[in-house]
Amino acid sequence: MTTDVLRRLSAPAKHAGLILLGFVMLYPVLWMVVSSLRPDDEIFRSPGLVLDTLRTENYSQGWDALSSPFGHYLINSTIVVLGCIIGNLVSCSMAAYAFARLEFTGKRWWFGIMLGTIMLPIHVIIVPQYILFSQLDWVNTFLPLIVPKILATDAFFIFLMVQFIRGLPRELDEAARIDGCGHPRIFLRIVLPLMKPALATTTIFTFIWTWNDFFSQLIYLTDPEMYTVPVALRSFVDSTVSTSWGSLFAMNVVSLVPIFLAFLFGQRYLVRGIATTGGK
Amino acid sequence: MTVLKTPPSSATAAPAPRKPRGAGRRREHQREAYVFLTPWLLGAIGLTVGPMIVSLYLSFTEYDLFTEPRWVGFENFVRMFTEDDRYLQSVKVTLLYVLVAVPMKMIVSLLVAMVLNTRAGSNGFYRSAFYAPSLLGASVAAALVWRAMFTEGGTVNELLDGIGLNTPSWVDDPSYTIWSVILLAVWQFGAPMVIFLAGLKQIPRELYEAAEVDGASPVRKFWHITLPMLSPVIFFNLVLEAIHAFQVFTPAFVIGGGRGGPADSALVYTLYLYQAGFEDFEMGYASAMAWVLLVVIAIVTAVIFRSARLWVFYGDKS
Repeated sequence: MTTDVLRRLSAPAKHAGLILLGFVMLYPVLWMVVSSLRPDDEIFRSPGLVLDTLRTENYSQGWDALSSPFGHYLINSTIVVLGCIIGNLVSCSMAAYAFARLEFTGKRWWFGIMLGTIMLPIHVIIVPQYILFSQLDWVNTFLPLIVPKILATDAFFIFLMVQFIRGLPRELDEAARIDGCGHPRIFLRIVLPLMKPALATTTIFTFIWTWNDFFSQLIYLTDPEMYTVPVALRSFVDSTVSTSWGSLFAMNVVSLVPIFLAFLFGQRYLVRGIATTGGK
Repeated sequence: MTVLKTPPSSATAAPAPRKPRGAGRRREHQREAYVFLTPWLLGAIGLTVGPMIVSLYLSFTEYDLFTEPRWVGFENFVRMFTEDDRYLQSVKVTLLYVLVAVPMKMIVSLLVAMVLNTRAGSNGFYRSAFYAPSLLGASVAAALVWRAMFTEGGTVNELLDGIGLNTPSWVDDPSYTIWSVILLAVWQFGAPMVIFLAGLKQIPRELYEAAEVDGASPVRKFWHITLPMLSPVIFFNLVLEAIHAFQVFTPAFVIGGGRGGPADSALVYTLYLYQAGFEDFEMGYASAMAWVLLVVIAIVTAVIFRSARLWVFYGDKS
């Protein structure tokens, strides 16, 4: 009896709780959007989400607040992100194909090394990497950010793709081999088209991680001309020019639009990627 | 008899001429495999394993990027633990962060996942709303919003004022700063939540039904079915979250105003490492710090793996 009553009560209670939690979770984002449309003196002391006055100047002022228009940093970030995505897709899929389908000496050993590097903190390699890239005169270019991806240092994606290729029926490549296809053709014509979901997951995670990445971009990009979005946003706080919170919030909103779109269109792949591999 | 005799003879005869062909094909195979592997091999050797060895070497030197590294033995490590108060502070801040943020995030994500696993929570909207913040997770933008929310007159002050709690600006008071960083981490419980949810869906319904027939209370069902059945997933999340938590950087950097907050109250380990290496150009010292971090993470991971025998239940696989 009591459990019945409890059960009947619990569904609305759960909904109420979930809606409340949903509001708490989304509040910071909503507050950011609302604040980006408020005059500075209203941002603080007003935790509410109702707009009294609409101030769109924040956006135009924020856009021009730094040494280059904000679009410049958006373009820089886009270049880095595209480079990283292409690098990861090409190099990780190649390595994954070798690990999943080819036999070679030392395979187990190499595979172990690959797995071992997945969880390696970047800090134990960043100093020598920095020394190497500064000797190559690559500091303040995008190369230190993109070249590691072209060389498949994101082993996480190799692992993801190996798991995916292992799930593909081997009969397909065997049939192709009987027809005289070599491995490059099997890889390009059969395996790659079949692993589209894994490639989509890789693309979307690379996009989000690179767009948000701060540590390496902070280290390698010190020339304001080369700033990407996160480094530019951070310099808002630093800059002695008194930039208003309103324009900072406006550019915050602008910087998150691509992430929002990625979430909107790629949610399926994000959730699948996380559920199978535990991505951050 | 003769029928039986012929196959072995042909079998022994056959490999002889085939052998070179097989070896040749294998060699060709090898070459092809290494073509596919080349980018990764270059990266793994040149950008991962190589730099690891170099950084181990550098950790025993004094090196400022401009003059040759000078061998100093264990001096960097001795300095860390005996002379450098800021280092010890960064260890303290990071341990507090890991020990509080990881369990809080795990508990919240598990509880929410359990509610989402009921009929009331099956609506995809909730999952999306709870998951979305994890995408902003380590971004500068999210940390900046946090800084504004927790500063003097920000949302948090105003709300707590409303219920009669007077708190200082969290961002500027040394005893509060790291807690705003911790809350930012908890806000991103979405990723472990999605993993928990996937795990919960794997638990066979019959177990709960059988328990209900026996009159088990919800609490008993949680302790005796949900927790043991979910323990491999808890283990997985715990390892991931712990490893990530030790490396927290961006939120502490931004919320602490780039310097580690008032009185170094948000000076997390990697932030101090960044300052040592890339602001003071003490590359040797920074490398030593990085290796201590690696060893600590390895030990913690090993301890979790070891303890898994005691509490992780692998169902029929064990």
